[in-house]
Amino acid sequence: MENIVSIKGLSKAFGSHRVLKNIDLDVKKGEFITIFGPNGAGKTTLMRIMSTLVEPSAGSISIDGFNVKDDPVEIRKRIGSISHETYLYSELTAEENLRFFGRMYGMDKNHLDDRVDELIEQVGLEYRSNDRVGTFSRGMKQRLSIARALIHQPPILFLDEPYTGLDQHAASTFESVLRGLDAQNTTKIMISHNIDRSLKMCDRVLILNNGKIVFDKLRHDVGSIDDFKATYESFVHE
Amino acid sequence: MIRSLHIAAKDLKAEFRTKQMLNSMVIFSLLVIVIFSVSFGDLLGDSETVSQLAPGVLWIAFTFAGMLGLSRSFASELENGCLEGLKLCPVDRSAIYTGKAISNVVIMFLVELITIPLFAVMFNYNIQGLLGLVVVIVLGTIGFISVGTLLSALTVNTGTRELLLPILLLPIIIPVIIPAVLATGKILVNGDISDISGELRLLLVYDIIFFVIAQLVFEYAIGD
Amino acid sequence: MSTNSQKINILSILTAIVMFIAAYMIFFYLPQMRDTSGQLLDSSFKIFYFHLPIAITSYLAFFVVFVASILYLKKGTHNWDVLARSAAEVGSIFALLVLVTGSIWAKATWGWYWVWEPRLTTSLALFLVYLAYLMMRQAIEEPEKRARLSAVFGIVGFASVPLSFLSIRMWRSAHPLMFGPSAQGSSGGLEGTSLQFTLIVNFIAFFLLFATILAYKVKNENLQEEINAKKQALP
Repeated sequence: MENIVSIKGLSKAFGSHRVLKNIDLDVKKGEFITIFGPNGAGKTTLMRIMSTLVEPSAGSISIDGFNVKDDPVEIRKRIGSISHETYLYSELTAEENLRFFGRMYGMDKNHLDDRVDELIEQVGLEYRSNDRVGTFSRGMKQRLSIARALIHQPPILFLDEPYTGLDQHAASTFESVLRGLDAQNTTKIMISHNIDRSLKMCDRVLILNNGKIVFDKLRHDVGSIDDFKATYESFVHE
Repeated sequence: MIRSLHIAAKDLKAEFRTKQMLNSMVIFSLLVIVIFSVSFGDLLGDSETVSQLAPGVLWIAFTFAGMLGLSRSFASELENGCLEGLKLCPVDRSAIYTGKAISNVVIMFLVELITIPLFAVMFNYNIQGLLGLVVVIVLGTIGFISVGTLLSALTVNTGTRELLLPILLLPIIIPVIIPAVLATGKILVNGDISDISGELRLLLVYDIIFFVIAQLVFEYAIGD
Repeated sequence: MSTNSQKINILSILTAIVMFIAAYMIFFYLPQMRDTSGQLLDSSFKIFYFHLPIAITSYLAFFVVFVASILYLKKGTHNWDVLARSAAEVGSIFALLVLVTGSIWAKATWGWYWVWEPRLTTSLALFLVYLAYLMMRQAIEEPEKRARLSAVFGIVGFASVPLSFLSIRMWRSAHPLMFGPSAQGSSGGLEGTSLQFTLIVNFIAFFLLFATILAYKVKNENLQEEINAKKQALP
């Protein structure tokens, strides 16, 4: 299968502080990879560079054939982002939020109408679609943020610590929504430090520590959650 | 451009739903007029004095009310990380600026529309030369908001944004406030738009220069 | 590094010499001034030879801030930020001196310390802009963000200065003039070669002074950062 994300020799420094050191990473189309790592390992920076918010200091990243430095706008059209921040406007209703972001992605009205209805149903918010997002629970907001991220049918989905702030129930609902979506062909890259929840979701596991990828295996090669936790400890606290 | 309008429409929709900012700006602006009117007291009987003081008071009211709105303009985008969500969209950064500037200008116009009648009553004005007054206020407000929107974005990610915004904004808007006050004064006395062509030209130049500069540097103001 | 400090040393010695010559010329070389009607002018006019070069130097300093800010945003090299911040600090001091010398001169000539004269008022606006610039630098902790945001403000602030001047001139001409024609106009003395020569030497002196202080400031900032980097590296 072809690589949809290809990172070569990526480094990032803030002043004299080197956050990412010479990272190489290829992600195949349709893969779901999770990057684990402690705070300050550079996970968020890596994610922000991939989503064109931060420029790399060195190295190249291509996403779906486009380079982050040369064509950030083309890349943004192709990625959807879910984060612990919901990126939703509290004063607008669920539907208005989706419509607004759909327009930002340049979708035409007819297509957008269908897409909004479809997504609201998929994330199970059809009875609340005309309520202000400010009145939603954290879990509902997080589900709506999935719909927001998928509005333009992106081939790649970034998930940045999506479990933060969700209780067990909300997290389970979030997972089933994520599984049930028409996102099966979507490539997903998640960063997380929640091993219990995140490990079972993905099919490839990476550990980023101190700005380097120190571990990279397929999900069925890492064993149980406890096995992986032991592996994780061995890399992170040495 | 279409996307800027969508951003502006989104802002205005959210604002008209709560009217929080609009209400506080209007009340603030009215309070400024009332306080000045009270503190000038008997002076207001003398139309000569009034015509020298009043234009300044009007623009002080607009400036301070506008500052109140500007300090919230980007702060509201920080909630739930919306600004980042917007930056992730395939839109030029400058379109975000334009959208924000449009919604800020519209809100300012509404505040001004409500303030002026009260101002006319408190300072005993028969507003003449309405056209001229409208042109001055429109040009002055656009200039003020062009810079204000940029500086609002600039200060939003700093710890002390409420303190920093007025300090940065006031010295930069001197070239808007002076011609706006002068032109307002002349219009309120004579009501002839041809008297203020110099001021209007300066306001127009300011508007264009700062709108263009803000477009160019805005991405750095919100980048990270 | 050592050649660099040598250069700075040479520059400061040169500056000291030229400053001394410039001051000497003002007080001892200049002939006494007469205005057009032949009346002897007050020696307070001599402050003009400080005032004008300082004013022009402060504009130059802020132009340096402007250019360094643009280059910082374009190139992202940290050195441009150091230059911008150093020039802003030195420039603010010069701008303050413009206000001080201007006020002293105004007091001596017109009897008031402050005159709402377009050039002086523009200098005040300029000073406020760069005071705001320095305040902003104080308020932001993270070095990269501080550099980027102040560069944006450095550009916007500089663009406002000529407009300030135009608007202030318009404002003054809209009111009746409280004072006679300004002193520069009436003195008519600047045609004399000795006067021009003194002025030019003073210009050179203040440019050199600016360059020296700026060089020291940049060097200091760099040392400061070296120290910070070393502190960071400590366990």
